[in-house]
Amino acid sequence: MAAAAAPWNHVWVGTDTGILKGVNLQRKQAANFTASGQPRREEAVSALCWGADGETQILVGCADGTVKHFSTEEGRFQGQRQCPGGEGTFRGLAQVDGTLITCVDSGILRVWPDQDKEASSDPLLELRVGPGVCRMRQDPARPHIVATGGKENALKVWDLQGSEEPLFRAKNVRNDWLDLRVPIWDQDIQFLPESQKLVTCTGYHQVRVYDPASPQRRPVLEATYGEYPLTAMTLTPEGNSVIVGNTHGQLAEIDLRQGRLLGCLKGLAGSVRGLQCHPSKPLLASCGLDRILRIHRIRNPRGLEHKVYLKSQLNCLLLSGRDNWEDEPQEPQEPSKVPSEDTETDELWASLEAAAKRKLPDWEQTQGTLQARQRKKKRPGSTSS
Amino acid sequence: MAKAGDKSGGSGKKGLKRKAATEEAQEAAVGEDGTTESGVQPPKTAAFPPGFSISEIKNKQRRHLMFTRWKQQQRKEKLAAKKKLKKEREALGDKAPPKPVPKTIDNQRVYDETIVDPNDEEVAYDEATDEFASYFNRQTSPKILITTSDRPHGRTVRLCEQLCTVIPNSHVYYRRGLALKKIIPQCISRDFTDLIVINEDRKIPNGLILSHLPSGPTAHFKMSSVRLRKEIKRRGKDPTEHIPEIILNNFTTRLGHSIGRMFASLFPHNPQFIGRQVATFHNQRDYIFFRFHRYIFKSEKKVGIQELGPRFTLKLRSLQKGTFDSKYGEYEWVHKPREMDTSRRKFHL
Repeated sequence: MAAAAAPWNHVWVGTDTGILKGVNLQRKQAANFTASGQPRREEAVSALCWGADGETQILVGCADGTVKHFSTEEGRFQGQRQCPGGEGTFRGLAQVDGTLITCVDSGILRVWPDQDKEASSDPLLELRVGPGVCRMRQDPARPHIVATGGKENALKVWDLQGSEEPLFRAKNVRNDWLDLRVPIWDQDIQFLPESQKLVTCTGYHQVRVYDPASPQRRPVLEATYGEYPLTAMTLTPEGNSVIVGNTHGQLAEIDLRQGRLLGCLKGLAGSVRGLQCHPSKPLLASCGLDRILRIHRIRNPRGLEHKVYLKSQLNCLLLSGRDNWEDEPQEPQEPSKVPSEDTETDELWASLEAAAKRKLPDWEQTQGTLQARQRKKKRPGSTSS
Repeated sequence: MAKAGDKSGGSGKKGLKRKAATEEAQEAAVGEDGTTESGVQPPKTAAFPPGFSISEIKNKQRRHLMFTRWKQQQRKEKLAAKKKLKKEREALGDKAPPKPVPKTIDNQRVYDETIVDPNDEEVAYDEATDEFASYFNRQTSPKILITTSDRPHGRTVRLCEQLCTVIPNSHVYYRRGLALKKIIPQCISRDFTDLIVINEDRKIPNGLILSHLPSGPTAHFKMSSVRLRKEIKRRGKDPTEHIPEIILNNFTTRLGHSIGRMFASLFPHNPQFIGRQVATFHNQRDYIFFRFHRYIFKSEKKVGIQELGPRFTLKLRSLQKGTFDSKYGEYEWVHKPREMDTSRRKFHL
């Protein structure tokens, strides 16, 4: 049943124990999917991205250097490929025209050919980006452009079809007021839509906007938030602001036109590892080390919509961008398939609750609290009850 | 009217209540009622207009009087109800319904979805392969380094010494103003498994940082109610060199499990039951109480205990993944008072 319901999952989350979890917020269910049937820490998911056509396939980058293909239609892993080379975990995964782009921590960026068409498993292209990469991101508008950045590794924009030199290499800001070099630690990168600009968030709690079109290689805008390293970032649907998360679980929305703080989101208790906004709805999915997936509503009103406890530390997530979240036509037609599907996937976790419409469990104790709340304090001497 | 008022004002509040009652009954009969008031009405009943409450009386003494009278009446009614209930229970004997369990904050605890189910495979795998796995698989045995913040005062130093006797295979070192980030690689190279730093403020210890060494999580606690050995009444003699047993009470949630495992990994895995010593970490309402006792079984069910050793209370402030790095480390859980402490019945450990 879990596998059959896989196409309707709204959020896909990768964990530290190698399990890919599909969460359906409408039916309030989370399902576990593993390639080998058992969770394994060596397969810890470090990067997730959508596959070739639409949102039917997910590419899962694991800590042992393999990229697995997962089909959301069928709800199972279809194949995997080894992507060796370089040390460290995957920091970025993308695909363009069937080829796969991977970037590892030590700075080796490789483009792998389509596995079905070519038998050889040599990379088509290899670039050395520099050590200490924290993120590689693909431009959604121009799929052959990627940007990389990391610790003491300045932001670079590469064209995979062009030369070996980066298209844009960012310059560090001027020395600070003590005349000391400002250190660089780009933790997350996003491309702004409808322009060539990029936004990065750093481990030194800065949010910077770069514009390759301008002659200035230094950041065009810089804003700071908080005192802790910013670990994840996502663009809001309107494209004027970003939401960043730091290692203390604080989420903030920062306006990119003025560089000021618009508001914060509450609830997370651990470091934010993954953030994604829905492309049209005002929803934000966030996951982190506190093992809980949260869906927040970003505007009117700002608050928590859903909260799902997912037992393992969450590393990255993918939010489905489809508009019809309530569409479930096939649900009543799968009773016969239930027993056979169950043996394929792991156990089905079926007790999630939406924070907005909280269902109280059937315990006597909670009924007691309800009664306590309803009983008003009797005022002395009052004749009316 | 004024004369009556003076009298009641002059008389003491407690002793002359009856006099005041009759006086005010008369007053009530005369003054407070509505229009159609005949003198036939008995003077004791005071018919207040509906919706009247004692708090609307402007005169403070009178208001106080009315309130104390109401309170006494409530108390009498409550006592009468209790007696009646007791009589009914005795009358029914065995068929009496069971006594209702009183509500406490602990049994009204808000349902926490992170409470670990013992049959849960995913959590079991997570715990079997986390940073404490090598301890629980008996591959490493603990070696603890205990130190303090810089320039500690007497209480803190003595607490460290006493902790050293309580935790086997632990060593106390003077801090000497060294940075923790520089101490940690040296500890790792000398095979230490845990680092305890007791933070001190204004000559009393008030914080504890517990860092599991090779790469493990770092927990930061607030420490309060520290009692050294000589401040504990009716205590036994000093603890011996035997390895104590450990009791971990009430660590139910996933976070509680992690902290419980952290405490468990401080002590060697094989307790010596010959020395009848036990260290208890009891979690109640997110406060962890540490006690160290020696026990003796007088019979099958009766046990006598003697408290040895220091005692203190801990409250978790943050759990950080990785060794101590408060600025750039990633936190697994941070205590945020304004977000997490909104309900009196919600606990996190």
